[in-house]
Amino acid sequence: MTNHWCDLQNADVFLTCGSNNVENHPISSKWVQKALDKGATWIVVDPRYTRSAACADIYCPIRAGTDIAFYGGMFNYIVKNGLMQKEYVANYTNASYLIDPDFSFDVNTGLFSGWDEGKKAYATTTWGYQTAEVVGPDTSATGAFSWTTADGVPEFTPPSNKVAKKDPTLEDPQCVFQVFKRHYERYDLDTVCSICGMDRETLELVYKTYCATGSPEKSGTIMYALGQTQHHYGTQNTRALTLVQLLLGNVGVAGGGVNALRGEPNVQGATDLAMLVYDFPGYMKWPTVQKYPSLRTWMETETASDGYYTNKPKFFISALKEWFGENATSENDFGYDWLPKIGSNTDLSIIPTFEHMDTGLIKGYWLWGQNPAHSAPNAKFARQAMSKLDWMVCVDITETETASFWKAPDLDPAAIGTEVYLLPAALIYEKFGTVVNSGRWLQWRNKAVEPFGQCKTDLEICDLLWKEIVGLYKAEGGANPDPILNMKWDYHIDGKIDARSVAMALNGYTTADKKLLGTFGDLKADGSTSCALWIYAGFYANNDAPLDPAQQRIGGRGTEDKGGLGLYQDWAYAWPLNRRIVYNRASADTEGRPWNANRMLVAWDGEKWDTNDVPDFVASTKAGDGTVTPVPPNNKAYFMNWEQNARLMVPSLDMPLPEHYEPFESPTENILNGRQNSPCIKFAEHKSVQRGSKEDYPIAVTTYTLVEHWQSGSQTRNTPVLVEAMPAQFVEISEELAEERGIKNGDRVRVFNNRGSAVLNAFVTCRLRPLAVNGKTVHQIGIPHHWGWAGSLSTGDLVNDLAPNVGDPNCFVPEYKAFLVDIEKV
Amino acid sequence: MQTTRRGFIKATGLAFGTSLAYGLATQSEAFALDASPDWKLVNTEECTNICCYCAGGCGSLCSVRDGELISVEGDPDHPISQGGLCAKGASMFQLRNVVDEKTRKVIPNPGRLTRPMVRRPGASDWEEISWDEAVTSIARKVKDTRDATFVEVDQGVVANRCDGMASLGGSQQNCEEDYAIVKTMRTLGIVALDNQARV
Repeated sequence: MTNHWCDLQNADVFLTCGSNNVENHPISSKWVQKALDKGATWIVVDPRYTRSAACADIYCPIRAGTDIAFYGGMFNYIVKNGLMQKEYVANYTNASYLIDPDFSFDVNTGLFSGWDEGKKAYATTTWGYQTAEVVGPDTSATGAFSWTTADGVPEFTPPSNKVAKKDPTLEDPQCVFQVFKRHYERYDLDTVCSICGMDRETLELVYKTYCATGSPEKSGTIMYALGQTQHHYGTQNTRALTLVQLLLGNVGVAGGGVNALRGEPNVQGATDLAMLVYDFPGYMKWPTVQKYPSLRTWMETETASDGYYTNKPKFFISALKEWFGENATSENDFGYDWLPKIGSNTDLSIIPTFEHMDTGLIKGYWLWGQNPAHSAPNAKFARQAMSKLDWMVCVDITETETASFWKAPDLDPAAIGTEVYLLPAALIYEKFGTVVNSGRWLQWRNKAVEPFGQCKTDLEICDLLWKEIVGLYKAEGGANPDPILNMKWDYHIDGKIDARSVAMALNGYTTADKKLLGTFGDLKADGSTSCALWIYAGFYANNDAPLDPAQQRIGGRGTEDKGGLGLYQDWAYAWPLNRRIVYNRASADTEGRPWNANRMLVAWDGEKWDTNDVPDFVASTKAGDGTVTPVPPNNKAYFMNWEQNARLMVPSLDMPLPEHYEPFESPTENILNGRQNSPCIKFAEHKSVQRGSKEDYPIAVTTYTLVEHWQSGSQTRNTPVLVEAMPAQFVEISEELAEERGIKNGDRVRVFNNRGSAVLNAFVTCRLRPLAVNGKTVHQIGIPHHWGWAGSLSTGDLVNDLAPNVGDPNCFVPEYKAFLVDIEKV
Repeated sequence: MQTTRRGFIKATGLAFGTSLAYGLATQSEAFALDASPDWKLVNTEECTNICCYCAGGCGSLCSVRDGELISVEGDPDHPISQGGLCAKGASMFQLRNVVDEKTRKVIPNPGRLTRPMVRRPGASDWEEISWDEAVTSIARKVKDTRDATFVEVDQGVVANRCDGMASLGGSQQNCEEDYAIVKTMRTLGIVALDNQARV
């Protein structure tokens, strides 16, 4: 979330699209309700009439997987009806930047310029800006790159800044705004209704109501989750809603923002720490053989030409210094070569991992509290692939479907040679440490009781195994032991691994005297600072009490609400720098006057900035002698981008502007352009996918979760009170479909496609309705996916066996939310 | 007697220093309770925690007596949840302890793992093993796989990569644990590293 839970109270209009926040993020309701009490309006757009829809003012059904058509129509509506917040868009986004004259989109082929059919990829050269001038890097004492000349900083050539040509009037036909406007002219109300299965009156009401937040003093927020992201164009769905927020001036303001309601307790922390193939902790890039063969190439490729990321090597080198400690020196590029480099095989995320198990490339599998035998798309194939592993190590609190994959109803244990180790983990209140919520708040968990039985924390398990592995390499040698023997592992207090010691490593300290750092502004690229995760710097920085989390910023329990906007600046710590609302410069106009004085985050008083939140821009500069000089307002509201403006158009991998394509398995044809699926869809070529046609499987399905259960159910299906509240799985079917297929409420039905089959209880309901799509009737059904064979209190069939194992090219998210099945009475 | 939670801890003469260390010294007086002798939280110590389900980050209070968990409830001082917990959050106590249907006594949750186990190739059930044995044999398997599948140089570039292993998960753990997982897995050479962020 750019904003946070308590900030929902400041919104004028809510759009819940791609989430069911009342059910799956119940705490959101408390803050939405506070806004409703003040007169806010709430819109829910969802394939199902959800528990959120039941609480909302306006409900608009949508066919699963058509969000870009819905948002594209909204862009068109905003532009046509003059509802854009023009001063915001013209100054804080790249709307005025001129795009390459060779850029184009061909409606007949559904392709943007630069498509290479052989490589199945775009060359994005025509998607960029026209260059006005090239400005070389400023390495003078006051320049952005002055630090590069200091002793100990590895040699590299900082980038030059290609300043774009602009037209501030937004009239030039090649400016981003005009290209954008032209692109979405096809997305008229009737076309959108036909694709999404909406009625025009409701759609217009939704657009009118939400777009009223384009008025400068109004705030609108969009609450989204996996309903938005789990599509083969999920990244573009998210970009589309971001563009709505930018056009209406809703990003960076209290009550606005782009708010992903994240679903796992520390998925934010896991993302920050880059438990992702291509990422390095702190939103940097993991080294690859081809793009970053050396530290120098990494620095030259990844350092931004302008904006805050001109400092990026400081963060990266400080992280290398933490990783390898005193073994990281400027002479050995701070140990860069010891990091593993991704090679030509770049398909390494969860979906293709199973292909590599199937072919025998991957032989050993570590599972840390994740349950892919249940939750992977095409989970049946995932289980078959697992059966080819030599070994698996599962760290969990219960016996999950993954730990017991060899017990799956469709597998024969005698034929499976995999050795499986199941290690019992501690619960959250049996250990202490940091957890990060959806609003980026780092909060400290205190330990209440000792772990159950022989359970151990994941930290202790990691420590035990690591020490044993290091011992083996010390004693025996083996395949290059250098990375292992040079890695720093010094997180013990009184001889025992301790989360407080790791917290200090995450926060960062000076290498020479181990003084904790208060801000990432103090990080250096010469090895004199050590910091595992630059964005967290400051959360654990009290040098007077390093072993007492309660005396660190993360342990703060102050409940004062300075400014009355629910920022709670003294409660815990929000990364970065305790900033509660990111991009908050955009909450004020170009003169620094807040768009809405009652929701002031930052304001220029003529001489300096008044603040309720920590500024997310250069509010002042500090000279060598410590003199602080305020920086007057400018238009650099998005200084993490090299343009220092937000991007309406961007040369990303798959599309520069979100374009509608149909789900991989769709009940209809794409009527907006000549291509059915995004040309950049990932993994569709794998044999395991077994695509089904709409002729064989005419029913669209979307999967979802319930408030009483959670994910694969390995915790909640072992919790008696929750099983009592929601004892068995079901499939939601409309009354019309039920009648067509002779199904009654409570009947056992089989839902199936080429990949799998699940027998479920039929729940016949008016919460789902047939939709009129492109002139035909489309039936949608909904299935919660919490059940499996493991556990004793409540078991059921695996719904994720049905989902296709295809994904998005940017982030490889699977397409769980829209695919095809058929249904029959058992 | 009407008293506050904080006052009650003092009145019962418990180790208030512990609560101070847990950061409860600043707790508000918002939670008035009737301290009758059969109140289930008599003679308990409290510490704060954060919910283990969605990323709301709601606060919980764990009450402990004689080293055992007695109760988990919402933290009234928490600015996000203000004492509230959803159906799942309110049931977190049962992840550790449940009421036995027959005896009506509080017992450890039988669904919870209590010790390391191994499933041998071809076997149709688990075998119990000691931690020592688990750690020793896992480390051996990891080393064998790493040594057999390690790619030291790829396309003329130092790669130090292990193609034969993958690691999955991390959204359930604390950040410090996640860093330990990332650091050990990556240092082994693993590039197929992923977590729940996509599923």
